[in-house]
Amino acid sequence: MEPIHTHISRQYNTELEEIRSRVLQMGGLVEQQIEQAMIALVKGDVSLGEAVIMDDTKVNKLEVTIDEECNQIIARRQPAASDLRLVVAVIKTITDLERIGDEAEKIARMAVRLAGEERPKNNYAEIQVLGQHVRQMVHDALDAFARVDVEAALRTAREDRKIDSKYEGAIRQLITFMMEDPRTISRVLDVIWAARALERIGDHARNICEYIIYFVKGRDVRHTSLEQIEKEILGR
Amino acid sequence: MNPEVQVAVRKATPAYNGAMNPPSKPELAATGASPRTASRPVIKAQAKDLNFYYGGTAQALKHINLELAEKQVTALIGPSGCGKSTFLRCFNRMHDLYPGNRYEGEILIHPDNVNILARNVDPIEVRMRISMVFQKPNPFPKSIYENVAYGLRVRDVKRRSVLDDKVEEALRGAALWDEVKDRLHDLAFNLSGGQQQRLCIARALATDPEILLFDEPTSALDPIATASIEELITELKVRLTILIVTHNMQQAARVSDYTAFMHLGELVEFGDTDTIFTNPTNKRTEDYITGRYG
Repeated sequence: MEPIHTHISRQYNTELEEIRSRVLQMGGLVEQQIEQAMIALVKGDVSLGEAVIMDDTKVNKLEVTIDEECNQIIARRQPAASDLRLVVAVIKTITDLERIGDEAEKIARMAVRLAGEERPKNNYAEIQVLGQHVRQMVHDALDAFARVDVEAALRTAREDRKIDSKYEGAIRQLITFMMEDPRTISRVLDVIWAARALERIGDHARNICEYIIYFVKGRDVRHTSLEQIEKEILGR
Repeated sequence: MNPEVQVAVRKATPAYNGAMNPPSKPELAATGASPRTASRPVIKAQAKDLNFYYGGTAQALKHINLELAEKQVTALIGPSGCGKSTFLRCFNRMHDLYPGNRYEGEILIHPDNVNILARNVDPIEVRMRISMVFQKPNPFPKSIYENVAYGLRVRDVKRRSVLDDKVEEALRGAALWDEVKDRLHDLAFNLSGGQQQRLCIARALATDPEILLFDEPTSALDPIATASIEELITELKVRLTILIVTHNMQQAARVSDYTAFMHLGELVEFGDTDTIFTNPTNKRTEDYITGRYG
């Protein structure tokens, strides 16, 4: 894998650098969406929730712009080797980022809806922790992308399992609530949907980590177990 | 849709049977300069520790070891002066035409295992088995028919019916027959550049060669003529082994099964084309195909 900025054509360097930094910009927006959606949910902040919903338009626009730029690069430059892998990884990454944005938007819509209702006594403790973990995972995945760091990508991908088990734990707890007090069922169901959205975000972040590995190592590691990936990539 | 049409559609469309695999290509072995993949294809020719010197001193090729897979296209890429054309020309002893040039090592042709560089091997015989097509179309100042028949006449084929058959076969093989069948005795120079190049391919095919060498066959042609030559290369590999030198990397990526990257007279990397263009191992290969400072 060669650094982006070493082409004979400086214009080409600029174009590749451009899509790379736009992905990070999009990632930053999405990360902020997750954070604010969780705050909106926990604090019952309607205006913050609505801001998250509005931000989704920006995310969608960025997806379209980056897609166009990638198309241009393919048409004009016929990228090969690591350049080709970068463009392919970017096209895939922005799809997952856009979906993360959609999940954050779902949580925000729920936050707006639940804001008028009575606050739960534990203040959504079940999913607050999950939300923080997921946001951190997205952050780490983007960081690994920015630094082109395979080890960090692998480390981050591994977090998806912890998130899955946290999600299962939260669901068990929420089911207990519903059994103890059927009056909470409608609210808890909403919380379950939010938890589900967070769990899905974790899956998307893991996908992004896999694209980073593909970009750097040229190995397609989708649908491969983490142990297998580690063995192949790091020789452990 | 009426039932009859439905039946017709069903007949026309092959049913998915769960086992529709794309045709696979053989994989070359994983030794130093062989492509880095698993099981072995049939090897048509191999260069063994080949060195070549221009004028006795200037070493243009350094210890080249490379295998050509039978009925596959192997592309040679690399910057100007890297030795790719020099290497290609070794295959039909072109360098013998100038004094002082010197070969070391071997180029073996299979299945008979002949070293075509050996002194006792007649270069004319080699050129019958290994034909070449050049950068610029170079038809002889003769008719279309005589251009194609030339190699056969050199071989003393005189029977008109044999010549006619062979000329037609070669022109068909070069996808030129339909365009020239009514004017076979026109001067070859009256053809367009793309047609002249296909005529040269027909001339090369007329002697039934086993290997066809292409030295930048489309660099003097427009994109349409280029596309038809590339299509032709894909058709020709069904019956012969092809080695092509090209400056156009997309062309190498499009037409070849294996790609060799050369630099400063050395073979730097050799592998199946898919791998070379998506995930090359060597930094110099990567720098070259992605347009970076070497």
